[in-house]
Amino acid sequence: MTRGVFDLRKVIRAGLIVAVVLSFTAAIGMVEEFDERMIIDRLLSLGFLALFWYVPVAGYKVGDEPVLEGMEATEKTPSHVLAGLIVGLIGGAGLFVLVLITNTLDLRDVFTRLSPKLVQLLTFSDSITDPQLALGAVALIGISGALGAAGGALHLVSAKLRRRIIAAPVAVIVFALLEDVIGQILRSFGLTSLVRQLYRDGAVRIIPALVVGAIAFYLAGRERGERSRLRELVQAADPKVRTRNSLIAGAVIGAMVIASPWVLGSLLSEILATTGIFLLMALGLNIVVGFAGLLDLGYVAFFAVGAYASAVLTSPLSPFFKPEWPWWYTLPVVVVVGVFAGIMVGTPVIRLRGDYLAIVTLGFGEIVRITFLSDAAAPWFGGAGGIRQIPGIPLGFDTVSGSDPQYIFYFALALVLLSAWVSHALLNSRVGRAWTAMREDESVAEVMGIDTVKSKLSAFVVGAVLAALGGALFSAKLGSIFPTSFELLISIVILVIVIVGGMGNIVGVAVGAFVLIGVLGGPRQPGLLQEFGEFKLLIYGVILVYMMLQRPEGLVPNVRRQHELHQDELTQDAWLDKSGEFVDEATGEA
Amino acid sequence: MALLQINDLHKAFGGVKALQGVEFHIDEGEIVSVIGPNGAGKTSFFNVISGMFAPDSGEIIFDGVDISGWESHDITRGGIARTFQNVRLFPNMTVLENVMVAQHCRTNQGMMPAIFRTKAFKQEEAEITARAKDILGFFGSRLVGYRFDQPAFALSYANRRRLEVARAMATQPRLLLLDEPVAGMNPRETAELTGLISRLPSERGFTVVVIEHDMKVVRDVSDRVVVLDHGVKIAEGSYQEVSSNEDVIEAYLGRPAESGA
Ligand SMILES: Nc1ncnc2c1ncn2[C@@H]1O[C@H](COP(=O)(O)OP(=O)(O)OP(=O)(O)O)[C@@H](O)[C@H]1O
Ligand SMILES: [Mg+2]
Repeated sequence: MTRGVFDLRKVIRAGLIVAVVLSFTAAIGMVEEFDERMIIDRLLSLGFLALFWYVPVAGYKVGDEPVLEGMEATEKTPSHVLAGLIVGLIGGAGLFVLVLITNTLDLRDVFTRLSPKLVQLLTFSDSITDPQLALGAVALIGISGALGAAGGALHLVSAKLRRRIIAAPVAVIVFALLEDVIGQILRSFGLTSLVRQLYRDGAVRIIPALVVGAIAFYLAGRERGERSRLRELVQAADPKVRTRNSLIAGAVIGAMVIASPWVLGSLLSEILATTGIFLLMALGLNIVVGFAGLLDLGYVAFFAVGAYASAVLTSPLSPFFKPEWPWWYTLPVVVVVGVFAGIMVGTPVIRLRGDYLAIVTLGFGEIVRITFLSDAAAPWFGGAGGIRQIPGIPLGFDTVSGSDPQYIFYFALALVLLSAWVSHALLNSRVGRAWTAMREDESVAEVMGIDTVKSKLSAFVVGAVLAALGGALFSAKLGSIFPTSFELLISIVILVIVIVGGMGNIVGVAVGAFVLIGVLGGPRQPGLLQEFGEFKLLIYGVILVYMMLQRPEGLVPNVRRQHELHQDELTQDAWLDKSGEFVDEATGEA
Repeated sequence: MALLQINDLHKAFGGVKALQGVEFHIDEGEIVSVIGPNGAGKTSFFNVISGMFAPDSGEIIFDGVDISGWESHDITRGGIARTFQNVRLFPNMTVLENVMVAQHCRTNQGMMPAIFRTKAFKQEEAEITARAKDILGFFGSRLVGYRFDQPAFALSYANRRRLEVARAMATQPRLLLLDEPVAGMNPRETAELTGLISRLPSERGFTVVVIEHDMKVVRDVSDRVVVLDHGVKIAEGSYQEVSSNEDVIEAYLGRPAESGA
């Protein structure tokens, strides 16, 4: 069968998509905003990376074909390069149309970011006189076409080489983006001069970039077996050796974690502490959504309740509670308040299912925030002015507050470890099994003797307590809290962490928190890539949509969840396997 | 006194009268079959007893207490367990977990003991596991060994049916309601499960009500047979009595009731 080596309609469609993506990226101002930050010294700015990264991906994807069993794979021919080239050219041309429009019409009333500066950047010209514009057009479209073709060309090489070719630039980019972390670590070890040799103004210098690329190229080519020598040590056959190696590994990791705030410095510790607080809440929400299957969109309410409880009890400025308790004393109160809030919010809504529960909890989350904001409650919670002068955590010799992120890190770490253990211990218990059963089939769980109302409420309460603890730490860290600190967005971001990481999986949630909060940053908290500041939510959205379409089970999936989401395929498989099963049945027993 | 005594039970779904004044009783240790043509109301009968639907009127007296209108989980705790005609396992839980979770209402370690992994908690977990393995062992080699850790969806159809029975047994009931336990099984598998069902009262102390279409199974397991048609009990008695009953033969569209045998 002669399937078209390339399908022109598909190629053009892909090209137009690229054009839209490029124009959109340019129009929202990413190129200008990120232009200052260089990735590779004098060569590549973050702006151009943000703009063009999609072109080679699309150039590769357009040639991708589903591998169908029994069908011959189409031969890899240079037409793949051609397809990629066309995709890139169309994309570049689309972007150039945007430039032309910007140049002739002033659309800045609508698209505030379409400025002459953008035109300059995109056409590589200092002034926008006509002859140079033409040259710029050639350059722009040419680059885009070349990138598309390069993407398409990846089809022509072996899988191993492809992996290597992709790994090299990705490694360089990561190496550059992690400049803050790597530089800081090296400086902590007194290697300031090395940092200067590696980076210039946040961009990796050309020689180190080549070295990093080459190392990645080499490492990516190794086979799976070779890569896991470390793992082999931990999983050694001899149990004695294994225990010893695991202990050593645990000790090394533990020591690294304990030392990390001092190696990473206060800025990065701040980011880690923030990540920890969000992770703590995400673990709590994971119990509610991932384990018990209750979609709670008002989760921030419990965070707020914990933060306010702790703030009221500790701050000298709190409107009605004068004694100024030390932070530690507030913890039991915070737990009790969390339980109470969980029961208060949970009881009326718990009988609702699915979407209804989501909407009602969303409402409750807002009610809590508005209550704290209201004038009626101002005598207790300070209304819009919030509660200030929250003293922090007394340690005897010192008081830890937001200005010591390195200490806050330890508190966040302790609470995260606590909630990870709680999650793990509960999941593998009578209560956790009841949650799983309830998530799978609520009415059958009920018939099997599980009081589903009680079971749901218990999940709600555990989640509420963990969020409240997060709130207590949050208020001590910030020193002042306002109703606006507890906006709906936080509920959503935490849910996104859980979904992107992998619902129902503790490790997954941790990965999600590091990727979203650690790297991108929280709704109002900076992350590692501070440049992304105002585009953070857009990127969250893109990641979420991508995950929903391509990998709904999350980055690190829970096996059960994965099965639930891919049930159709599995039932098919089971059906196909059935004949085998019958044979087994017949011979299975004498 | 009967273990379960049902008086004048009514249940309608809109215009469909699924149960119309059903009288029923079963004594401790008996196996009673409920038969009847499709749509006769057999499954509805189970649904009402197990509390999935409240009856419109009538009494369901279990062990001297009227349980009509109770919630399902309370009824299960009270000692009535059931299986489903359209197998409804927890598909993504393992075989062992399916049986472990069904012991929920017979165990009581809560969240605090789980978090602190207390001695009592560990002991109870060990008991739950041991009991689950014991119950699965009742089905011979079908559900043991490597099968313990297989997700329920990966089981063959016959094994899913067996697991349904095992899961119901794990709630440690006094009365077991089996809704077409051998449906879809081949003759050899049917004979095997029929044998196991007959052993339930003597070996496990259960009283059993079984809905069944397969007349051979009905003949082999039942102490007594109850026939429903259009939500009405039209006959009751030994297999011989019922199978020669004119009304029953007519209900089955003139076919002799023994056609399955
Ligand atoms: N949840 C429900 N809603 C509406 N009608 C129902 C419901 N459950 C059962 N019915 C109706 O009640 C009647 C009895 O159904 P039931 O399932 O009890 O029959 P059955 O004897 O179990 O039949 P089968 O042998 O096919 O399993 C049928 O007419 C059915 O359509
Ligand atoms: Mg039925």
